[in-house]
Amino acid sequence: MELVVASAIGVLTAGGVYLVLRLRAFPVILGLSLLSYAVNVFIFASGQLAVNLPPILDKYGDASYTDPLPQALVLTAIVISFGMTAVLVMIAIGAFLDSGTDKVNISREDRDVEDPVK
Amino acid sequence: MGDGSNLLVIMALLPFVGALVPGWMIRAGRNACATFTAIPTILALVMLGLLAPDVMAGEVIQAEFSWLPQLGLSASFFLDGLGLLFAGMILGVGLLIILYARFYLSGEDPMGQFYTYLLLFQGAMLGIVLSDNILLLLVFWELTSLSSFLLIGYWKHLPEGRQGARMALAVTGAGGLAMIGGMLILGNIVGSYNLTDILASGDLIQSSDWYVPALVLILLGAFTKSAQFPFHFWLPHAMAAPTPVSAYLHSATMVKAGVFLMARMWPALAGTEIWFYIVASVGLITMVLGAVIALFKDDLKALLAFSTVSHLGLLTMLLGFGTPAAAVAAVFHIINHLTFKAALFMTAGIVDHEAHTRDIKRLGGLARLMPITATIGTIAALSMAGIPLFNGFLSKEMMLEEASHTYWFENPWIVPALATLGALFSVAYSLRFIFHTFGGPVRDDYPHKPHDPPFGMYAAPALLAVLVVLIGLMPFLAEPLVTVAASAVAGEALHPHLKIWHGVTPALFMSLAAIGGGIVFLLIHRPLDRVWLAAPRPEAKAIFEWIVEKLAALSRWITEISHNGAISRYVAIFTVASVALGFAAYSGGGVGPETRAMLPIPPLVGVGWFALVCGVGAVVVFHRTRFRALVVLSIIGLMISAGFVYLSAPDLALTQISVETVTIMLLLLALHFIPKETPKESSGLLRARDGVIAAVAGLGTGALAYTFMLRDVDTISGFHLDNSYEGGGGSNVVNVILVDFRGYDTYGEIIVLGIAGLIIYALMTALLNGPAGRKLRNTDFTRDLSRDRHPLMMVVATRVMMPIAVMVGIYIFLRGHNYPGGGFVAGLVIAIALLMQYMASGFAWTQMRQRIQYHAMIGFGVVIAGLTGAGAWLAGKPFLTSAYGYIHRPPIEEFEWATALFFDLGVFLTVLGAVMLMLYSLSRIARYAGQQVNLEPMDYDPADRVKKREGSE
Repeated sequence: MELVVASAIGVLTAGGVYLVLRLRAFPVILGLSLLSYAVNVFIFASGQLAVNLPPILDKYGDASYTDPLPQALVLTAIVISFGMTAVLVMIAIGAFLDSGTDKVNISREDRDVEDPVK
Repeated sequence: MGDGSNLLVIMALLPFVGALVPGWMIRAGRNACATFTAIPTILALVMLGLLAPDVMAGEVIQAEFSWLPQLGLSASFFLDGLGLLFAGMILGVGLLIILYARFYLSGEDPMGQFYTYLLLFQGAMLGIVLSDNILLLLVFWELTSLSSFLLIGYWKHLPEGRQGARMALAVTGAGGLAMIGGMLILGNIVGSYNLTDILASGDLIQSSDWYVPALVLILLGAFTKSAQFPFHFWLPHAMAAPTPVSAYLHSATMVKAGVFLMARMWPALAGTEIWFYIVASVGLITMVLGAVIALFKDDLKALLAFSTVSHLGLLTMLLGFGTPAAAVAAVFHIINHLTFKAALFMTAGIVDHEAHTRDIKRLGGLARLMPITATIGTIAALSMAGIPLFNGFLSKEMMLEEASHTYWFENPWIVPALATLGALFSVAYSLRFIFHTFGGPVRDDYPHKPHDPPFGMYAAPALLAVLVVLIGLMPFLAEPLVTVAASAVAGEALHPHLKIWHGVTPALFMSLAAIGGGIVFLLIHRPLDRVWLAAPRPEAKAIFEWIVEKLAALSRWITEISHNGAISRYVAIFTVASVALGFAAYSGGGVGPETRAMLPIPPLVGVGWFALVCGVGAVVVFHRTRFRALVVLSIIGLMISAGFVYLSAPDLALTQISVETVTIMLLLLALHFIPKETPKESSGLLRARDGVIAAVAGLGTGALAYTFMLRDVDTISGFHLDNSYEGGGGSNVVNVILVDFRGYDTYGEIIVLGIAGLIIYALMTALLNGPAGRKLRNTDFTRDLSRDRHPLMMVVATRVMMPIAVMVGIYIFLRGHNYPGGGFVAGLVIAIALLMQYMASGFAWTQMRQRIQYHAMIGFGVVIAGLTGAGAWLAGKPFLTSAYGYIHRPPIEEFEWATALFFDLGVFLTVLGAVMLMLYSLSRIARYAGQQVNLEPMDYDPADRVKKREGSE
């Protein structure tokens, strides 16, 4: 099972990094989503894997449970990563509407504007 | 701590408090402003006077507050002889300068600002001389650099002022940075940052291997501040400041800070060979060089500036000698230099003020026109020349005496000869100051007809001139102060005797030679000047600016390379570097043996894994057709949710699946406004490179996760499991962690989410009001629209589902504390239910039925969560402590209440508000882009079509 999760994390990371390295905003956002999946699963997995041991206390039994702490951390991380994606999407739309292109890299011509300090 | 220490602390802080006053008082007029600026200075002087008797009796007054004890930083002050001397100088001259500046500044100069800067600077200087902690001293040291920058650049309209201020800041600031390094080394050698401890461990410091680096770094700080060769060039350029500033900074305070530091550190650092060769040599060179240049300067203030450089060199040289007698001479000369130099600067300011020029070549004959000023200037300048019966003579004799028996690399002649040469030029420029400004016939081509200024303006220099004569005639008056200050410098009790006549000594002959030679040089000044002007010499300002320009070019070059605007490149570098670091850590530290057995892989999991891997592959391959990639992305999210279910994380699964839904909706909406396809623009090579980077990163992360999962680690989770029910009153441990154990984190996180929602709203508003808004209005989106935008089936289904969805949301919310669910999930579920309405029935139709603003919802959420947390205070518990209990009322089954529920309500509202605000903002763009609004639930009524068909047939 560990191999399955670890390989899934690896595949998600690889896909995410590849897409983040693309030159347009949309693939970068997709890549970041994949990377968020990878990171969330990674943090979750740091609490060790367990099957059928949810951290819901059993009043009547002396059961063992999986690690609840990474789950709590990941839960908020999932929601926050949605917020981040939303902000990025908005910035991407704004940049596209303003500049007419959704390239993520600043071109040389745009960079070589007159230094306002000088 | 006794009364003395309280007074000391108040005294050190008074100027800073006082700095707040002038800005207000200027409204009450210039006299009131000057008076109220003088008050803190006078008060501080009085306090110093109260403390003085104890210090003169040999006591050291100390005051200490711990500030950051972990760093060895404490706000501690102490006052000994040296501190007393300098504090007296700073406050005394400060007071005179406040008086002088009142008359000097013209009506157009913002006087409140000037006095604020001045007091700020005064406080910083006072802090330097009173600090008993070298870290605190460094803070004040940097403060003097900053506040002197403001003072030098006070006349903001003059380019010279701005350039001079920048140069002073660059040079002294750079020295200050070096000094920080030196002080830290020093503190590490001694094991304490307390000055008292450091001064007591001179032997330990000098025998340390780190002595030389520490010494060099600290001296760099002192030399730059005190304008020693080769850093002397900033001081003359700082003369672009108003004259009161020059008089203050360059006679008594700023430039003396470096000298003070060398004197302060004398017991700890001085006495070694390297100290002598660095400090004495630099001092000697500076003294001669400054004196020579001063003779050929035509600007009165420039002449005085280079003379200051020369005298600072003299002081540095004396401290470099490292003998107690030289320390006495240095301390005495500090006092004397202060009196005559401050008077001279003020005189130069008066001349400038009255004659509207400071150019010696345009002056002359002023003795008849302004006799009082001329008398003051002459007395001070004669003292500067070292003419007998003035105080400058006494300390210069002592200096020459010390120089006369100093060997420099076994050579007995070089130091005395150069010292005499310095003294000779000093006589020459001092006499030139007198004769070329005040002497000679009255001219009729002054830019302005000069006459003596009002009493207030010459009062300060006159007082100083009186001191010059008094000390010159009766040196025993200064003896107690010199004794106590010199003893503090040397770290041992000294008993010097200051007298006018020392008998026929080598120093007397050197003095005579200097005076005679000086007169000769003055007489042949004209031809000398011509030669000097014709000779090529390096221009310090040009060199400085060249260096600055090259440094700027270098940093631009580095920025260009590392920060060229290509985000892909940063990400690539970052990824490769992270993987490399991870690999380095792995190969360096090694890993322990596996402690866990692998769990079995059931076939169904294998299917899910396969779907996920294929999904990632498909997204990567098809990412150019954006819509398709998006659909596949949702498969990955579903597979991850399924994984969470299988691996005992029901809460995560719920959250993931609802976030997934919302994210896809958001991206679908966004796709409406951006291109639907990604063009192919990266070359095969680039893609191959990215592929390799991605593969390496994926392999690394996967391997890390795999190794990590098969080894046990110590966790704190046991605590949460044990205390969840007893302490938090809930059996869903994840939820209890969120709302109780780590409630503070959650509180922060919902605020972040709320802010993200507001950012999106703000961005959208800014966008619609800008040029992009106009572009949007002119873009035709109709071709993308389906003819049947609001299908009947969907409208009916969503409306039926709405109450059910809300009920499910409430149910999930309520059970959250004990079973999977909670505020986060409930918020998302209800958000999805609402979004469905937007999608099915249209933006306008839904918007009309919305009663609560989403912004308000975010605000209420955060406030409710915060108030719940604060409610714990009422019970005397810390923020966010939860309480719970059970209610049992038949026939209803027993149920639990918990304050955590209210906190979760806050979470719920914030999440709902933020998510809705984000998607609402996006849909508003659509509205702006000319999308029509349907007022009816369905804009395509099949009945119409049937009617139409029937009508047409």
